[in-house]
Amino acid sequence: MDQKPFSQGLLSSEADSQRTLYPYVTGTSVVALKYKDGILMAADMGGSYGSTLRYKSVERMKSIGKHSLLGASGELSDFQEILRYLDELILYDNMWDDGNSLGPKEVHSYLTRVMYNRRNKFNPLWSSLVLGGVKNGEKYLGMVSMIGVHFEDNHVATGFGNHLARPILREEWHENLSFEDGVKLLEKCMRVLLYRDRSAVNKLQIAKITEEGVTVSQPYSLKTFWGFSAFSNPTVGAEGSW
Amino acid sequence: MTKQRANWSPYDNNGGSCVAIAGADYCVIAADTRMSTGYNILSREYSKITKLADKCLMASSGFQADVKALQKHLAARHLIYQHQHNKQMSCPAMGQLLSNTLYYKRFFPYYSFNVLGGLDSEGKGCVYTYDAVGSYERVGYSSQGSGSTLIMPFLDNQLKSPSPLLLPAQDAVTPLSETEAVDLVKTVFASATERDIYTGDKLEIVVVNAEGIRREYMDLRKD
Repeated sequence: MDQKPFSQGLLSSEADSQRTLYPYVTGTSVVALKYKDGILMAADMGGSYGSTLRYKSVERMKSIGKHSLLGASGELSDFQEILRYLDELILYDNMWDDGNSLGPKEVHSYLTRVMYNRRNKFNPLWSSLVLGGVKNGEKYLGMVSMIGVHFEDNHVATGFGNHLARPILREEWHENLSFEDGVKLLEKCMRVLLYRDRSAVNKLQIAKITEEGVTVSQPYSLKTFWGFSAFSNPTVGAEGSW
Repeated sequence: MTKQRANWSPYDNNGGSCVAIAGADYCVIAADTRMSTGYNILSREYSKITKLADKCLMASSGFQADVKALQKHLAARHLIYQHQHNKQMSCPAMGQLLSNTLYYKRFFPYYSFNVLGGLDSEGKGCVYTYDAVGSYERVGYSSQGSGSTLIMPFLDNQLKSPSPLLLPAQDAVTPLSETEAVDLVKTVFASATERDIYTGDKLEIVVVNAEGIRREYMDLRKD
């Protein structure tokens, strides 16, 4: 158990090495929406190390207990730490063996308190979390940021998704989307992110959670279109340029 | 070699405006339902108003995680109070509790700007206004949050409340009727929405009077 001498304040460089200052390996946006039977969530499989695309098969969405699905962006090691916390939470819940199980609302509340308390200690878990699920027919979709800001809505997104996906969702989301329409809408959002977010990779998974349970799709890639005439002769309006 | 510094702030401003107006036998508490961060809107339907006790509500804007933590804390304290005293907390009592709770974190504040509204033990409208560290005052009306600078002068002008500088001291509650006060709140938010980018989407109005608590909504501009 390391002892810090009284002369060291919270912000000295030795104390700094004990707290998260920057993220190192990061995941980019997660986008999710409510549809007729439950929640659909999409995230690509990239883990960036700064500007290097270091990992290309990272699963950023995991099922939690029987009723919830967690997607995370930001520092991936913090996501793994959160999964360890949740493992313990679900274990204790199961050990009661009382027929009851934690629903998405409860897991979201737990995550909010964890993130907020870490922020209070100036040692945040550098992640933005999306928590979706269905319990007893009630659909739930919420988000928690690394400083504890949280809310629930019919559609949420983290990181760049807030800028690029949310406007599309605000325009085109409606109640009781079918599964096919929900997937099409998510793919539309992910395609825009692929074109415009430099840390996005073209290898994504879509996860579905309904009353029956969680299904995470196999990784696949989106079709993209680059055949614009402006791309074929880009200097036509500015001779000598490149 | 310059020392590495954390480029992270524990605070954020999630925006929004709150208003509370006290009348002779009612209290109006209102807030917009927009939650934002920077130039993004996170949610258009997020309530900033919470019921702390039977006849006591709080509207808060600022950093949402701190606001929620504060509301949770007060709700827990109220439950304990009910267990110990077998009655609901009065609005002035809750007012003092809120002030003490805020000052407790004087050196790492709750970034929460609050107005407390309800009925006092005599059934008269009661509004308390706070800063982030617990300094508070009972007033006839108040506004807090991103649009407060736009709203407050309007209320000063239109509520016809007696000046706090008059002697002998007069009751600060507005002589307006409940319907007039609610109409004024709607006008005030419509105006604030025009010029404050963090205020808009929807207005939530809660009215507390002898009959109980009534909730009303009005659409605001979404831009």
